[in-house]
Amino acid sequence: MLSIKNLHATVEGEDILRGINLDIGAGEVHAIMGPNGSGKSTLGHVLTGREGYEVTAGEVTFMGQDLLALAPEERALAGLLLAFQYPVEIPGVSNMEFLKTAVDGMRKYRKLEALDSVSFMKLAREVCKRVDLDQNFLKRGVNEGFSGGEKKRNELMQMMLLEPHLAILDETDSGLDIDALQVVAAGINSMRDGKRSFVLITHYQRLLNFIEPDHVHVLGGGRIVRSGDKSLALELEDKGYGWLESEAV
Amino acid sequence: MSDFIAEALQKLPTETPGWLSEQRRRGRSSWKSSTMPTRKTEDWKYTRLRALEEGAYLGWAERQDLTSLALTALRDQVHISGLDARMLVFVNGFYSPELSSPTAMDGMDIVHFSEADETQVETIRAHLGTAANRDKYMFTALNDSWLDDGVFVHVKQDSKVITPLHIVWLTVPQREAFSLSQRLLVVMEPGSEATVVEHFASDGAQQNSFTNGVTELVLGANARLCHYRLHLEEEHALHIGGVHARLDRDARLNSFHLGLGSILKRLDVVVRHEGNGAHCDLNGIYLPRHSQNIDYHTCIEHARPHCTTKEVFRGVISDNARAVFNGRIHIHPDAQKTVAELSNKNLLTSNKAEIDTKPELEIYADDVKCTHGATVAQLDDYALYYLCSRGIAREHAQVMLSTGFINELINNLQHPTLGEYLKPVLSDMFVQQVTKRERTE
Repeated sequence: MLSIKNLHATVEGEDILRGINLDIGAGEVHAIMGPNGSGKSTLGHVLTGREGYEVTAGEVTFMGQDLLALAPEERALAGLLLAFQYPVEIPGVSNMEFLKTAVDGMRKYRKLEALDSVSFMKLAREVCKRVDLDQNFLKRGVNEGFSGGEKKRNELMQMMLLEPHLAILDETDSGLDIDALQVVAAGINSMRDGKRSFVLITHYQRLLNFIEPDHVHVLGGGRIVRSGDKSLALELEDKGYGWLESEAV
Repeated sequence: MSDFIAEALQKLPTETPGWLSEQRRRGRSSWKSSTMPTRKTEDWKYTRLRALEEGAYLGWAERQDLTSLALTALRDQVHISGLDARMLVFVNGFYSPELSSPTAMDGMDIVHFSEADETQVETIRAHLGTAANRDKYMFTALNDSWLDDGVFVHVKQDSKVITPLHIVWLTVPQREAFSLSQRLLVVMEPGSEATVVEHFASDGAQQNSFTNGVTELVLGANARLCHYRLHLEEEHALHIGGVHARLDRDARLNSFHLGLGSILKRLDVVVRHEGNGAHCDLNGIYLPRHSQNIDYHTCIEHARPHCTTKEVFRGVISDNARAVFNGRIHIHPDAQKTVAELSNKNLLTSNKAEIDTKPELEIYADDVKCTHGATVAQLDDYALYYLCSRGIAREHAQVMLSTGFINELINNLQHPTLGEYLKPVLSDMFVQQVTKRERTE
């Protein structure tokens, strides 16, 4: 589904990614772990095409297309979704309007029949329930005044409505209490259908107790310094990142 | 360059009631002694009157003979569905019975100055010109000097008039460029309540009018007025006007302004708190684009204690357009326990757009609470990226952010049906703008 080859990227002139190689097959769950500043979030933003994140070398193929040639909105329509670590607050634009605009665009792209307001409202309410978010959040400005946990649930809601082929969840678990974590994990698990793939960017092993990854990668200094199965996450929990970083040098 | 002051003096209104002549004479003499503002005139520093001087607006407005087709189109354009208002429509200053729906309302009298009865004349004379100061605002002097008629709205003591009054000032082009003088006087007797929507519009054609529209709002003790002033004219329509309000004890004025830009558009909004405990909510939005200008000068005079003001103006300035916002709050020595807040936020959606904003606080009392602030920003790249990352096209995302910036004010209107009317109008405007920008890029 996604194939990353020797990806290098700079942000504000600084080399952040220094040769990432990663292949993600359909239906797989990959966890990406690593210390602060190792390039985890940068990888997410480079893949979704954030301005100022400059790819200096390498290539990325997504569903057979050259991902790096696409604009952010085209990447989204192609089926890539990044759940933001820090979702943006947009006062004045209602969450409902935002979600409906996004869903309308996606359905049009996928040549599905447009949803009328009533059907969309019904769908949005159902999804609210699935992520345990009060319906009032649909009327409020996008993420406006939402708590950290509410913002993460709103990200999850977007994923459920847009049904991407590949979802990258950037620290969707951080800042959540254990109940919220379980809601988020259940939400993600409910989206697993054997075809959809996930990349979980996380600091903590505890998310992986609820969502079992097929592969675990450790990012250090802009490269993948170690890959393994879920036991790698447990090992990291035990030993920290220090031993890997010294290996990477 | 023509001498606009002299030219304007040549123009004398005809068929005016005699009792207005004194007002007119004073206006004339005040206008005569004024000089055209230059770059050095502080109040006009950023707004040039060149368009007015060069445009030769020498004709007078004339009664228009519109086809039924044109009438239907105009009616559809200005009718605000769901507002259920009593509607008065003027075309180039002339009352249009075909477009109006003047259902009588208990507690509110509406009459032309020229048709006022003796008691009404007395009330008009007692209030006309008491809120709008001709010596301070030269275009009020011009309005006085051209005063041939006006609209008088009188809300009786303790009357709660629920049906809004919707006054539409429409313009259509005439063969020669022309001037149009309008005057509205609203007198709210103590304890009364009403809503007045002033709506400036034009047909789709390129306009050649200069409108001088002065509105005076006089609120008696405990009166409540919800006032809207919507400027949605075509961009070649010039407008220089003002809304001048006086608030007696515990009166409440809720005022909302909306202005699309034009070649020249200038509004002076003045509120005087003259009785203890008066309150004013003053909100506004200005949206100039292309090479348009718009200038809002607001001035709140706190003359008495325990009065409050909450003022929020927002602007989205696009293309090569220019906006001016000057927000003055003047706290007089007697005005202890004043609470006044002023906020002005601007969004520039192009590198060539310009805003000159100046909040001004002048405080002569020591026990007051006043805040003011102005910001200027561009579209937030990260927010744009966020929207795009959900598959929303960049140009659509820009429209969403621009409308979002003003929606906070539109969503809080006292009459949500007005918001519903305005939203598609404004959103269409932003869409056109983005399409145009994409094409030129």
